[in-house]
Amino acid sequence: MPEQLQRSMIEIKNVTRSYGAFKALDDASLTIREGEFFSLLGPSGCGKTTLLRMIAGFDNPTSGSIAVGGQPMEGIPANRRPTNMVFQSYAIFPHLNVEQNVAYGLKRLKLQGGEEKRRVEEALAQVSLTGLGKRLATELSGGQRQRVALARALVMRPKVLLLDEPLSALDKKLREQMQVELRRLQQAVGITFVLVTHDQYEALAMSDRIAVMFGGRIAQVASPKEIYQRPVNRQVADFLGGMNFVKAEIVEENGATLVVDTLGFGRVKTDKPKAFVRNGGGATLGIRPERLRVLWDNATAKFEVAGKVVERHYFGEITHLIVEIPGLEKPLSVTETNDFGADDIPVGTSVRLAYDPEALVAMAD
Amino acid sequence: MTAAVEGSPPLRMTRARRNALLQSEPVQGLALISPTFFYALILLVLPILVVIAHSFWTQHYLTIDRTFTLENYRVALTEPIYRDLLWRSLYISLTVSLFTVILAYPIAYFISFHGGRHKSLWLFLITIPFWTSYLLRVMSWKVILGYNGVLNSGLMGLGIIDEPSTALLYNTSAVIITLTHAWAAFAILPIFVSLEKVDRTLVEAATDLGDGPLRSFLRVTLPLSAPGVISAALIVMIPTVGDYVTPKLVGGKDGVMIANAIQAQFGKAANWPLGAALSVTTMLIVTLMAGATVLIIRALQRLAR
Repeated sequence: MPEQLQRSMIEIKNVTRSYGAFKALDDASLTIREGEFFSLLGPSGCGKTTLLRMIAGFDNPTSGSIAVGGQPMEGIPANRRPTNMVFQSYAIFPHLNVEQNVAYGLKRLKLQGGEEKRRVEEALAQVSLTGLGKRLATELSGGQRQRVALARALVMRPKVLLLDEPLSALDKKLREQMQVELRRLQQAVGITFVLVTHDQYEALAMSDRIAVMFGGRIAQVASPKEIYQRPVNRQVADFLGGMNFVKAEIVEENGATLVVDTLGFGRVKTDKPKAFVRNGGGATLGIRPERLRVLWDNATAKFEVAGKVVERHYFGEITHLIVEIPGLEKPLSVTETNDFGADDIPVGTSVRLAYDPEALVAMAD
Repeated sequence: MTAAVEGSPPLRMTRARRNALLQSEPVQGLALISPTFFYALILLVLPILVVIAHSFWTQHYLTIDRTFTLENYRVALTEPIYRDLLWRSLYISLTVSLFTVILAYPIAYFISFHGGRHKSLWLFLITIPFWTSYLLRVMSWKVILGYNGVLNSGLMGLGIIDEPSTALLYNTSAVIITLTHAWAAFAILPIFVSLEKVDRTLVEAATDLGDGPLRSFLRVTLPLSAPGVISAALIVMIPTVGDYVTPKLVGGKDGVMIANAIQAQFGKAANWPLGAALSVTTMLIVTLMAGATVLIIRALQRLAR
């Protein structure tokens, strides 16, 4: 990891925002590093937008503190903060054309000798809108409006760029294209990006790190891979795609490892998650559907479970199989790519599933 | 039999075509507006045509000479008295609409941006003065501005003036004050509506890009509410040019407006053609002034970018 990623850009300390008895944000603490692409991920109403708006200065914490670039933000209004925002609705000024929109924030700086024009053109080039400067906002497509909003914020050269669900209004194809572009842009300009999203794939695809939030609390902060593979609890695991949950009983708990007994998978030794807090003798084991593999013909694996296909769902490039395992209360869901004929397995077939014990993740009950 | 067979397909076709015509959107639209349209035609367009026709004729005591003449327009445009009255009317209506818009804007802004849950209550409160008749409201200004009126006694009580001022009533300013008050609500409403349509995120975006409250207002909120300002200005300006009751009641000798002259021509002076010519002239000038107002506000709006 480069040196600059280690320095902190935003320090959020014990921030709570309450509206009467309701806490939109409950004692949230978070450090966002300089130059990183950070995502706040969670379902609607989890407090992610509230947190973003407090960083921008549109809302204030009831208690706790926020610092940007080492400077406490308390009492500093939104117009004097080193942050700029890309709004969910883009908020393009309808009475101005593209150039005037992008130059909006620069006008006040009274730049000398064509500097303003140069910076506007540079920003438009960064978002591939060169030549569209004279268009009115009403003459732009959704994707183009998004780029204008991006250029308008980037041209200010903020320390932090805040993005409030910027891709939610775009269609699927454009959204995927913009994900790649945004990521590329962030790496090119090196500015800290903070993205708010409810789309787990968006967060996984773009971020250096993700904070998953539920009900005003931050559940987990980690890299996309760790969030996906080592979720701290069932809620996080569930929110980031499919997960099979298996009831387990703790046999042994020490330092970094955990030994559990399960009905389907037998005795399993796994890494103990950092945030694991034992709650009685039980725990939950999780395994992602794509980490289970159907064993064909006489193939064998070191670790396998046997069961029977009870349902089959075809999705084009993949097939979901629902496999009943004797002893498990819930059948396992298995994702197979359609290259070996998983889409042809008849319902009722007995199958054996291979798995890697590394893929099993322990979660507190 | 043969004839019937031959005749029926075209007949059926015309009926189908007629049905299609009756169900087409333009026809249905016209049907919907036709009662209002005929009402307007009979009570508005026809009288205006009659007035325009009269303006080219001549009055001979009790009869009207219907030979075409432009003499009435010559009198209307060159006689100093009519010219002065016209100028005064335009001056009063422009001043009134300017003051009304300036006074109405903050109220509309307050209701729209800070009215919260009570927006409709505020709007309701604004209409309360309109529960009484227009005449009563004008009369009440007489009470306020009069020689022994509220304002004079108040100022004397405070020791600001020693004797009642006569400068308050029966002049142009009295007309302006009264009209500004009378038309305030009509200016507040269109401005309020256009402010309601201003996306609040745009104001946030302006703030995010570094604008303080005043700058974001001047650069975003004000230009985007310009349509409301234009309609407010026009709604006040157009009828006040031709106002006749207010100058009659509070205007005195100095506050007479063109409408009073027109009324005199149609009444005591009994010169309908001249009255008609004055009306048409006023109408045309108001149209030009309204157009100019729209253009000026649009230009200011462009300048604000």
